[in-house]
Amino acid sequence: MLISLDRVRSGIIALIALLGVAGCSTAPIEVGEPVAPEFPADKVLIDDQETVGQVISDPWEGFNRTIYRFNYRFDKYIFLPVVNAYETVTPDVAEKGIHNFFNNIREIPTLFNSILQLNAKKTAETGARMIWNTTLGLLGFIDVASGMEIPRHQEDFGQTLGYWGAGTGPFLMLPILGPSNVRDGIGTGVDWYVSKTIWEGMTDLEAWQDWTLTGLKAIDERANISFRYYETGSPFEYEYIRWLFTTKRQMDIER
Amino acid sequence: MRSATVFMLLVFWVSSPWAANDGTYDYPFDDTFVATVVGTPSPFRAELPDKIPVKTDSLTIFEDREVPEIFWYTDEFKYSYAVQDGPAPLVFIIAGTGGSHAGSSTQMLARAFYQAGFHIVALSSPTYENFVVSASSTSIPGHAFGDAEDLYRAMERIWGELKGDTEVTGFYVTGYSLGGFNAAFVTWLDEQKQIFNFRKALLINPPWRLYSSLSLLDRMIENIPGGVDNFPRFFQKLVRGLTEVYKKADRVDLGEDALYAAYEALDLKDEQLAALIGVVFRIASSNMAFTSDVMTNFGYIKPKNLRLTKNTSLAKYNQVGVRLGFTDYFHDYFYPYYKALDPSVTREQLIELMSLATIEEYLRENEKIEVMHNENDLILAPGEIDNFRRVFGARARIYPKGGHLGNMEFRDNIGRLISVLKQ
Repeated sequence: MLISLDRVRSGIIALIALLGVAGCSTAPIEVGEPVAPEFPADKVLIDDQETVGQVISDPWEGFNRTIYRFNYRFDKYIFLPVVNAYETVTPDVAEKGIHNFFNNIREIPTLFNSILQLNAKKTAETGARMIWNTTLGLLGFIDVASGMEIPRHQEDFGQTLGYWGAGTGPFLMLPILGPSNVRDGIGTGVDWYVSKTIWEGMTDLEAWQDWTLTGLKAIDERANISFRYYETGSPFEYEYIRWLFTTKRQMDIER
Repeated sequence: MRSATVFMLLVFWVSSPWAANDGTYDYPFDDTFVATVVGTPSPFRAELPDKIPVKTDSLTIFEDREVPEIFWYTDEFKYSYAVQDGPAPLVFIIAGTGGSHAGSSTQMLARAFYQAGFHIVALSSPTYENFVVSASSTSIPGHAFGDAEDLYRAMERIWGELKGDTEVTGFYVTGYSLGGFNAAFVTWLDEQKQIFNFRKALLINPPWRLYSSLSLLDRMIENIPGGVDNFPRFFQKLVRGLTEVYKKADRVDLGEDALYAAYEALDLKDEQLAALIGVVFRIASSNMAFTSDVMTNFGYIKPKNLRLTKNTSLAKYNQVGVRLGFTDYFHDYFYPYYKALDPSVTREQLIELMSLATIEEYLRENEKIEVMHNENDLILAPGEIDNFRRVFGARARIYPKGGHLGNMEFRDNIGRLISVLKQ
């Protein structure tokens, strides 16, 4: 356990070092003599004015934008074609069942994070959901708990850190996973590790079976997110995503 | 809980014997701001298919255009279409201000027309980023005749792609909001070009005089307490309000009536709703103005001769952009551009040119153009609604309520727009 946590930590340190290297080259290029525009930013925006999104720290913006573009291409050429193929070959009923199955597994981080946040209600409800869905719901393929009106929660280690007062740290665009920040990035790693450990303790699957499940889980996850890169029609999409993500996480923690 | 109660009441009302079948118009919201923001709650919506076989494609309109590197992802013109199996009429749908061919309103219309047996082609608004970058000849949107030329060119090119394996029995055009305004000028242009010979054109909640509507929308944002400079604080307050709704929500997903639930729970006043509408249009105007400015290197928000790279932070340009409105765009960018082309043109002339009044004769005499509008549409200046009655006569259907597009998805309205094109 300790060794693995260390490995996670050293991985994060390596990532931060990488960010430091890659986080440059954001400067615009002068082609000829720059002329002040009709509405220059330095005149229009007065220092003491609050501005939307300005409070979000993003010192690695160049790197983050590079990853953002990578994610778009990964989505376009790999992820979405696979998701589309999956949706084509899978009957809707099966898709729904598979989604329920993975949602049941996704309750694992919700459960232990509800405990870590000392939230008895969420812990009890999530535990009850898992028990009913795993048994009556046939390993989670049928979401009987929602039918019983037991509400579904979504908690993760990033939220737990936030709950105990940790700040977000700088904004971070993760490869494939999308928008995050240092706190939530660490949270994602912890959730992944703990869930994996619990999962392996409960099941007895071959490595290839685990990999297949992991792949299918990722496909299911993408299939249920309607966001598409570069389709908002805004040249400021990156800025809006950064702001919306940060706000959404803030809301999740307060929830 | 409260939203569930409201929902039950709505369902009850709709399914009850009192629900009007006697010709009265029972769209649920009288207030123009509520209608505009909340739209049509699901029990009142027309029944439409969830999915139609819609495809997205792209093409290059200007072969020699050099697209600035920050627009690398949007250099080809994108559109969507869905074709019927056999021969069918084809309807072009034009999105409203800042709207995309794939946006929810455009796709809702696409589903409605597809269900009614039409081939559909959906086009983004000339004010939409992708259109400004790839399909606008000047990259300066907002010119009634220029935008119509650009749209017409795009329609011809799309038809060129589709005609090989699509049998069309006749062409139609429609659009909502600014797209309705565009559709009028496109129809007018078609009389000269004679490529499509549109059988019918349907304008849904169009502005009458562009400058009037844009000024009204600009002023909406003044409803923010403390003015435009308090925009961020207002936005944060609004988000905090939404957090409250979100916190109270039993489930992670609020579902399709989320907006209605939020409106109910937050108890928003008209001024706040107006400010919200102002914010939405402000975001659209910022997107449009900045995109256009980068394309032309005019020096409106971005310093002239400064080339932005893919990694350049654009936040400060957006922060300036949302402080400016459509009218700023007109006076400090659009007008100077046209003034340079023709020094004799005055601001007033240019303002009056961008109006349905410019082609009023044509609209009055042409039986094929119809209008659907609302008495209380907030993009119209006082009295402007009467212009539609005066010019279109019986071809204008003016609903007593609905705000700006709030009732577009209402079952009566969908029924009407299908029947107009099916005549």
